[in-house]
Amino acid sequence: MAKEPKPQEIISQINYNPPQKSWMDIPVEMKEGMFCYGAKEKSLQTLDFPNVRSWSVLEEDWKLPEKWDKIVLEGIAERLKKYRSFKIFMDICVRCGACADKCHFFLGSGDPKNMPVLRAELLRSIYRKNFTAAGKILGKLAGARKLTLNVLKEWWYYFYQCSECRRCSVFCPYGIDTAEITIIARELLNLLGLNIEWIAGPAANCYLKGNHLGLEPHTIKNSIDFLVDEIEEKTGVRVSPTFNRKGAEILFVTPSGDLFADPGTYTCMGYLMLFHELGLDYTWSTYASEGGNFGFFTSMELAKRLNTKIYAEAKRLGVKWILGGECGHMWRVINQYMDTFNGPADFLEVPTSPITGTKFENAKSTKMTHISEFTADLIKHKKLNLDPRRNDHLKVTFHDSCNVARGMGMFEEPRYVIKNVCNHFYEMPENTIREKTFCCGSGSGLNASENMEMRLRGGLPRANAVKYVQEQYGVNMLACICAIDRAALPPLMNYWVPGVDVTGVTELVANALVMKGEKKRTTNLRGEDLSVEEKADV
Amino acid sequence: MTLNDSLSKNRESIINRWFDLIVDSYPQNTADFIKSEKNRFANPVGWIIKKGIEDIFEGIIQNKSDAQFFPILEDIIKIRAVQEFAPSEAISFIFLLKQALCEKVVIENNELFAIESKIDTLAGISLDIFMKCREKIEQLKANEDRVLKKSNS
Amino acid sequence: MKILFPLLVVIILVGLVFMGVQEANLHLLFGIIIPYVSVTIFILGVIARVVNWSRSPVPFRIPTTCGQQKSLSWIKRDCLENPSNAVGVIGRMALEILTFRSLFRNTQTELKQGPYLVYHEEKLLWLAALAFHWSFLIVVIRHFRLFIEPIPGCLSLLCSLDGFMEIGSPVVFLSGVALLGAVSFLLLRRILSPKISYISLTADYFPLFLIIAIAASGILMRYFVKVDVIDIKAYTLGLLSLHPVIPADVSVIFYIHLFLVCVLLVYIPFSKLMHLGGIFLSPTRNMANNNRLKRHINPWNYPVKVHTYEEYEEHFREKMKQVGIPVEKE
Repeated sequence: MAKEPKPQEIISQINYNPPQKSWMDIPVEMKEGMFCYGAKEKSLQTLDFPNVRSWSVLEEDWKLPEKWDKIVLEGIAERLKKYRSFKIFMDICVRCGACADKCHFFLGSGDPKNMPVLRAELLRSIYRKNFTAAGKILGKLAGARKLTLNVLKEWWYYFYQCSECRRCSVFCPYGIDTAEITIIARELLNLLGLNIEWIAGPAANCYLKGNHLGLEPHTIKNSIDFLVDEIEEKTGVRVSPTFNRKGAEILFVTPSGDLFADPGTYTCMGYLMLFHELGLDYTWSTYASEGGNFGFFTSMELAKRLNTKIYAEAKRLGVKWILGGECGHMWRVINQYMDTFNGPADFLEVPTSPITGTKFENAKSTKMTHISEFTADLIKHKKLNLDPRRNDHLKVTFHDSCNVARGMGMFEEPRYVIKNVCNHFYEMPENTIREKTFCCGSGSGLNASENMEMRLRGGLPRANAVKYVQEQYGVNMLACICAIDRAALPPLMNYWVPGVDVTGVTELVANALVMKGEKKRTTNLRGEDLSVEEKADV
Repeated sequence: MTLNDSLSKNRESIINRWFDLIVDSYPQNTADFIKSEKNRFANPVGWIIKKGIEDIFEGIIQNKSDAQFFPILEDIIKIRAVQEFAPSEAISFIFLLKQALCEKVVIENNELFAIESKIDTLAGISLDIFMKCREKIEQLKANEDRVLKKSNS
Repeated sequence: MKILFPLLVVIILVGLVFMGVQEANLHLLFGIIIPYVSVTIFILGVIARVVNWSRSPVPFRIPTTCGQQKSLSWIKRDCLENPSNAVGVIGRMALEILTFRSLFRNTQTELKQGPYLVYHEEKLLWLAALAFHWSFLIVVIRHFRLFIEPIPGCLSLLCSLDGFMEIGSPVVFLSGVALLGAVSFLLLRRILSPKISYISLTADYFPLFLIIAIAASGILMRYFVKVDVIDIKAYTLGLLSLHPVIPADVSVIFYIHLFLVCVLLVYIPFSKLMHLGGIFLSPTRNMANNNRLKRHINPWNYPVKVHTYEEYEEHFREKMKQVGIPVEKE
């Protein structure tokens, strides 16, 4: 056996970075499946972004402006003046390593530059070289290095491998938030027209047409009409949503993904049914038809430009307050940025549930309430006729979406809702939920198809926890309150944990919701047989 | 002592050696992490590899059928299929068992053929699974593209 | 290289004092000039850094929320991990600064499951960091007895608490031992763990070596060389009153200790050691999560180019009318 060719020889062919070398000296290698395609000319043009041209990631020449390094350095200087967070996060990291193994991309890929500390050091090293005395004088000894084309490409590769989920920031003793660093690094890259098309395309759509998918007003109406028919078929109840209606009490805004692809559409049907059953005086808008904000993954300015539409439309329609659907980063933006960007919303009133009379004091200034807060309040006041047995075929677990978890802290509301509409609810292990929740691996605009391997790797820690509850309790449904989750988790489950489906929380609500005048429900919204009711009557 | 006996007797040491050989195919600091962190959720890759090779080893001792190995091998290969490995590299972890065995137990000539064939068979199955995983990934990509096209039409 | 170089620098620094004091008789330089200069650099440097940080605004309110938000009255909120007001923020910061709350989070995640040993490195990191910083603080406070006459009661109390084991003569201060132990652990961890050593820079090893040298020289001075404390106190009080006198016959080890402390003081404002100030200003920790309750103002907020409803309707009016969506202009 000793004469066998040693298997290790096969493995040693794997081109892994020699570990003795410092990470600074290892040039980036663009690996297929790990990156998203570069932004297209048309998208950049629509958004008035600089350096509009067609380019390809794998080509040597990225067609950068002549003094690109100067642009980047000036960009850094400007942002140091604008963001205390940036300055402090550049200065105070002690490289204790607490964050190193907290990133889902590192856990799934093992690529050291996916450790949050190193991801930040990619930028910090340039900061030190150009903006600190120690870095200027001592150079590499102080952890400084020169900004080269290779560094820039490395930035592009790794800052579009961070989903801005903030998990590392929970464990950092100084609260250093890699999301914040990624946001700024992406702003810098965008000064050179270096976006990815999966972000720039939807952002351009959203700018011109009001939503990421680029659905035009008539298509939105048709899509929802289609869902209305579906609802009638399943429940016998005809709901009648309105669009761009002036004088409605509430403007409803949700991610456009929910209008379009399964399983988001079921969640959308849930909204329609819930609001109909309540007799809510609300309207959809085709102009502000996007809750999400891919601008947020590009630059603060673009985030603001896209976000403007929500308040503008609320003002134009003369509504009293705004209700927001299930979405992750949408709620990070609404909770932490919207009022600052585009407030004060003094033309609106403090959100008040017309059904229960509850004043949502926590949204007193921003005037926008989350559907889970709204629904939890309804259930608490027993305003919904619910039959959770209809969800008895489901064993449900809940995935906390990163942004709602770590940019807002909404943990109990969705759980309260789920527990009231489902009889079988099981938590995933403690270190994978709530503030420690694992990202789906596709957040911050990284849910393209060309980087599927990266998404699957990044989603492994999440899937692994789902698999655990599947083995332990037979969990077959993964609930979430995020549109990107609803798009990204199904392939993740399909690959890692077959047998587990993905649902929005409001879909679960709608399935359990006993509506006035409904026919005997024989299927749930997905058209799956419900033999539960008969059993229950026995 | 039959081969099975000596395998059972040296179970721990063979599996540990095998695990180390596999993990050493990752960069050093990653390998260190994969080896050191024992929490299933904090270190999914390490946990799945360890659990997977234990089950494979158990399967060999119990002389399980080829079909029974399928789900056991699947978990590890799913990971390798998204980690930039070429097919030959992705399944090479099976062959590393040969090296681990070589170092840890003495195998009689008459049993050598049997165990080698078993390992070769497992490698074959692994390759099948790997190709299936890759197909699935391509299919997932295609699904996404289809949805995207629908939205743009 | 990144380990040896900083070690070498510390050794050279020690050699420098040794030669300077022992051979070249530069007592004035090392005893008076350098301490004054370094304290000045330290104070001005730290102020400059903090002022520099505070000059950049906090445009957005971006706390990292680690607990339940304040929403409906009947949902129990987490006042410390997700503070909604100043009191909560103070509590959160206190937990963070006094007990290293976030580092501690690492240790709570163990499920002790499966056949494998549970690994403790992260718990040790928290413990060592806590031991290091607290003992460092106690050691620094203990040194005040050299600067204050008469020694206040609380300081004497601290010293006697620190030496409560009453071992040896002079009594062994636990803080000194803990400091040396913890800092050695942090250094070893940095060197031995491939993961940590990979992310470490030269600048991460230097302060560790420096602090080890400071602690070692201090311990040497107190327990082995036994420097005359009365002489030193006369000297420090002289420094404080701006009438410095060079102590008559003090061992060179004292100069080494003093000089290394001066190096540390100078090093702090230019390095990551400024984290001691930065933590107070970290926006993900020191802000309340009351964004939707109270508007946060961005001082550099500026108007941006937007796509107005009018432009939108202009573009889609016919399509909207066709499906009965109301429009502003018919």
